Amino acid sequence: MTDTLNQPPKNPERHSTFVPKEKKSTKPFHATPMLDQLESGPWPSFVTGLKRLAHENNMMVDLLGQLEHSYKTRLGYWKGGTVSVFGYGGGIIPRFSEVASMFPESKEFHTLRVQPPAGNHYTTKMLRQLSNSWNKWGSGLIAFHGQTGNIMFIGSTSENVQHFFDEVNEYGFDLGGAGPCVRTAMSCVGAARCEQSCANEHRIHRTLVNNFIDDMHRPALPYKFKFKVSGCPNDCMNSIQRADFAVIGTWRDDMQVDQKGVKEYVASHGRKYTIDNVIARCPTKALSLNDDDTLEVDNRSCVRCMHCINVMTKALKPGKDRGITLLIGGKRTLKIGDTMGTVIVPFMKMDTDEDYEKLRDLASTVIDYWAENGLEHERCGEMIERIGLAKFLEAIGIEVDPNMISHPRTSSYVRMDDWDQEAQKWIDRHQPAVA
Amino acid sequence: MAQAQVAVEKKQMRTPIESGCPDGMQYMHPLMVKNFGNWKYHDRPRPGVLHHVAYSGDEIWTVRVGTQRQLGPYEINLLCDIVDQYGEGYVRFTIRSNLEVMVSKWDKVGPLIQAFNDAGYPVGGTGNSVTMISHTQGWLHCDIPGTDASGVVKSLMDDLYTEFIKEEMPNRVHITTSCCQINCGGQGDIAINIQHTKPPKINHDLVANVCERPSVVARCPVAAIRPAMVNGKPSLEVDEKKCICCGACYPPCPPMQINDPVHSKLAIWVGGKNSNARSKPMFQKLVAAGLPNNPPRWPEVGAVVKKILYTYKKDARDWERVGDWVERIGWPRFFELTGLPFTKFHIDNWRGSRNSLNASTHIRF
Repeated sequence: MTDTLNQPPKNPERHSTFVPKEKKSTKPFHATPMLDQLESGPWPSFVTGLKRLAHENNMMVDLLGQLEHSYKTRLGYWKGGTVSVFGYGGGIIPRFSEVASMFPESKEFHTLRVQPPAGNHYTTKMLRQLSNSWNKWGSGLIAFHGQTGNIMFIGSTSENVQHFFDEVNEYGFDLGGAGPCVRTAMSCVGAARCEQSCANEHRIHRTLVNNFIDDMHRPALPYKFKFKVSGCPNDCMNSIQRADFAVIGTWRDDMQVDQKGVKEYVASHGRKYTIDNVIARCPTKALSLNDDDTLEVDNRSCVRCMHCINVMTKALKPGKDRGITLLIGGKRTLKIGDTMGTVIVPFMKMDTDEDYEKLRDLASTVIDYWAENGLEHERCGEMIERIGLAKFLEAIGIEVDPNMISHPRTSSYVRMDDWDQEAQKWIDRHQPAVA
Repeated sequence: MAQAQVAVEKKQMRTPIESGCPDGMQYMHPLMVKNFGNWKYHDRPRPGVLHHVAYSGDEIWTVRVGTQRQLGPYEINLLCDIVDQYGEGYVRFTIRSNLEVMVSKWDKVGPLIQAFNDAGYPVGGTGNSVTMISHTQGWLHCDIPGTDASGVVKSLMDDLYTEFIKEEMPNRVHITTSCCQINCGGQGDIAINIQHTKPPKINHDLVANVCERPSVVARCPVAAIRPAMVNGKPSLEVDEKKCICCGACYPPCPPMQINDPVHSKLAIWVGGKNSNARSKPMFQKLVAAGLPNNPPRWPEVGAVVKKILYTYKKDARDWERVGDWVERIGWPRFFELTGLPFTKFHIDNWRGSRNSLNASTHIRF
């Protein structure tokens, strides 16, 4: 493979640096000396992309002008407002320019948030179709994807928002969330292409989010609520830190070990490397390398962190008794500081339609309770912080479990009048197992 | 004419089809549909390429391509033309805006990579590389940004291009950028976030008409905002001694301008990790601040990011993420190796902060 980086493009018309000679937009370009400096360098330039669009339409001519103005003055100039499509209360991010007198063609520059297919799969045919629709009704500029997971169609007038939505809605696409509502969800590539997948991420994703479609399109919750689905504890969707409701695939039996594969790994990488990078990196010291270069696993101590499986992809795999772990309450700083999602359900199976119903019902219970009890602009995790996990669990009908904590309380400042009854609950729950 | 208008209005009143999230199966590569849930293992034959093998014996190769995230029709058609000619018409996007192209034959991988490179698109971002920086909207489209996002990312990816196309880091490196302290970019091994340093400047003429004042008062994390009459008009005032300059009041009340061309600075945070691999997920920690917001290429930010990145590359062991590395060597050594100053601002004082203090004699010398 030749290094094409430092050579002039073989075909300049088919290259990320291409700028058309013919200018179809009627408005003259603004001078953009600062943005121009972002056209050099090896990474594909978004500025060159914006300039190509500015050759096509006046909206992008002025958009570039406003962006240059932001670069010069180091300030943003977009304000929100109210724009929606018929029947929905959210899904559009309205943007009106504060400097429209200087850049009138991009005075309205709204974004439509559209839900991508679960797993972000597309055919080239569908990508082109979406692009054509957006080129017809909007600026042509699309972000794949925003941080919540939406396809963001950036740059529409207030009037064309409805036209574009009507067109893509007819061929199977729907708006995502914006405002205090259930938001667009995300799921990893998962079972479609990953051997580490422990669940059907796409089905879980669609089961959850499509059940709350009314709560997505008509914002009426205390604040945003996000679902994210990762197929294994590598959590490629960043769900523990970014989702109010994180679903993560896992397993509860022994992990699968192909001892022949282990031996091959040791033979090719060396014993020291295997010990330093696999055995010693196990967080719960659950691994040991035998004298014959096979692997011993203390599965009861394994916390399913995935490290050894990530390293020895051909030798190790998750177990066969698979399901999911649920964590609730992840969010970033505003307002009480960062919270990670914490375990609410250590394990549940996701095999039958009834399992999916159970998950959907649990999500409904959580959202209903939070909708009733959350303060304005309070994320679910913040509400749990305010009322305490035990109270939240009681409200949603889930029994306490030591998997939900890092360690028991260290503070004695608590009333425990009904200790005996609570202890009896645990004993009763565990009676069958003991018998 | 009147009838035509009625027809148009009727069309506008079209009831939405609330179809929600589309099924990905209909757009998936046939081998992925066929082997759904039945994959056996994977390896990486070269940087930028994944190879998955199914129990059925089927194999699929994925070529990962870096993009500028914001794509117009020219880019979409150019990329799709390449995929149609050298690939098989099926793609997906990763969470970090990389394009993945799936093919059923190894023979197709080389020409596909060549075609992307010939068109100016890098192939990489897999395994222990620096993958695409996750970023937000910035000045291009956000209503509250302190800085741009795409420009910062473009500048950094130009500098880190080689680290994207090669796999030479101790482990994967996820860099994020955020244009305000809400931190939409999320947690990263290295995160570049706006940090305001001055309280909001209030336009008292506008507050009463634009802002729902009780909501704004409630939004403040340190209760520094209170209702006040200013020049005979109902407005809000900020106790500037209490104010932590977080900017939380600005989105619900735009007349409380938090962004400042000089005093909105950039801060660098390290050690965020979303995965459960080895250690539990970790939040990123502040290591540098006070960097100027300096478009179009933010050289001061790039210098600190590269200093941290290459110190990590040199000093960390295989499989250690930035956060894992610092946990092993300790924070004193981190500041020593990177040459970054340690200040009183690095010591947390938010709720729960005592947990971040060293309550032991575990000290490295």
